[in-house]
Amino acid sequence: MAVTTYTLPKLPYPYDALEPSISAQIMELHHSKHHQAYVTNLNKALQSYSTAVGAGDIAAQIALQPSIRFNGGGHINHSLFWQNLAPVSSADAKPDAAPALMAHISNTWGSYDKFKSAFSAALLALQGSGWGWLVKESQGGLRIVTTKDQDPLVGGEVPVFGVDMWEHAYYLQYLNGKAAYVENIWNVINWKVAEQRYHGGPNDAFSVLKSSM
Amino acid sequence: MSTTLLRTVPALRGALRASAMKPAAAMASTSFVRGKATLPDLPYDYGALEPYISGKIMELHHKKHHQTYVSGLNSALDTIAAGDPVKAAAAAPLLNFHGGGHINHSLFWENLAPASREGGGEPDGALKKAITEDFGSYETLVKQMNAALAGIQGSGWAWLVKDKTNGTLSIATRANQDPVTGSYVPLMGIDAWEHAYYLQYENRKAEYFEAIWNVINWKTVASRFEKA
Repeated sequence: MAVTTYTLPKLPYPYDALEPSISAQIMELHHSKHHQAYVTNLNKALQSYSTAVGAGDIAAQIALQPSIRFNGGGHINHSLFWQNLAPVSSADAKPDAAPALMAHISNTWGSYDKFKSAFSAALLALQGSGWGWLVKESQGGLRIVTTKDQDPLVGGEVPVFGVDMWEHAYYLQYLNGKAAYVENIWNVINWKVAEQRYHGGPNDAFSVLKSSM
Repeated sequence: MSTTLLRTVPALRGALRASAMKPAAAMASTSFVRGKATLPDLPYDYGALEPYISGKIMELHHKKHHQTYVSGLNSALDTIAAGDPVKAAAAAPLLNFHGGGHINHSLFWENLAPASREGGGEPDGALKKAITEDFGSYETLVKQMNAALAGIQGSGWAWLVKDKTNGTLSIATRANQDPVTGSYVPLMGIDAWEHAYYLQYENRKAEYFEAIWNVINWKTVASRFEKA
């Protein structure tokens, strides 16, 4: 059975483009080392899985599932994350780049500021490694969800944008001051991409993965 | 303090009262006030584990991260003690997380020591015999523990544990700050949270897992083993 091999997607901006919110050193390690490790280990797990399927070894297939979930989730989450960030000086980083999404956010939370507070609180309440996401549910409503480790959102909801709360996402710059990281990440959210995902379905959000096969 | 903590787990409040807690406002009042968990002192200087763990990591890890768990634990205990069952239930995950963080780090500091003092080397005596029986050799224990650490998906810890029911040693991993409880007694823990190594080792966590064996305090581990 032919196995799809995933590759590390290119960042849509240079490593230093998100400064001062996220340092170039963090971005380079995060993309070229951490994300690469998820891609490498996902490909390894899928190759082993394919061998196990070919051999009719159901025990081996089940044993590989946590690795596929973790590394596949890591690849999905980071691919989405890079795309939903933008340099602070770009027009995409302004909330006006997402008129329909902003209207829905205000309608749901009362205001953009109230939404920001709720999202930030959810990020800071994570216990351990994980992510915070704004999702559009299949019924159309907006919701803030947090996920642990690299669990991906694959239940039919649309990930509008995500924020990585693993310590490797901020520690070299912010040390234990994760509240400052959360405050500064708002300056580099790519609202244009968020608006596009908001209008689309789950498959549209995952198009970046298709192009990294 | 960690041995006191260990003996009394899971009677967490009793343990904290007996060890790291100071009666709040003891001078000002004669009525009983529940004590507060406090940050234990490190048994060595922040720079003492260098070059294996940098002084900067140790200082942040102890003074900031561990302190946050201590504060979070006290706040969860206050909420629970206030008696509103809905609020108490909502605080239970915080109690597990921050209480676990306080327990785990307190044990961790004490099972480390400078390489120039008790740190590193290999276990001896009854502990060495038990390790040989249950793992085959010290080298195998190191290999298995490092594999367990590398396999943690997210934040967590790996522990050398003794099963109280049959005396055997094994390796256990825990997610986030979940403490080792039940029939297992934690003898030695290694912190696999990124904050434990990132400033020095960045994404090369395997190097941190290799290096930390140079500062394991086998005297502490042996003493926990004998008391377990």
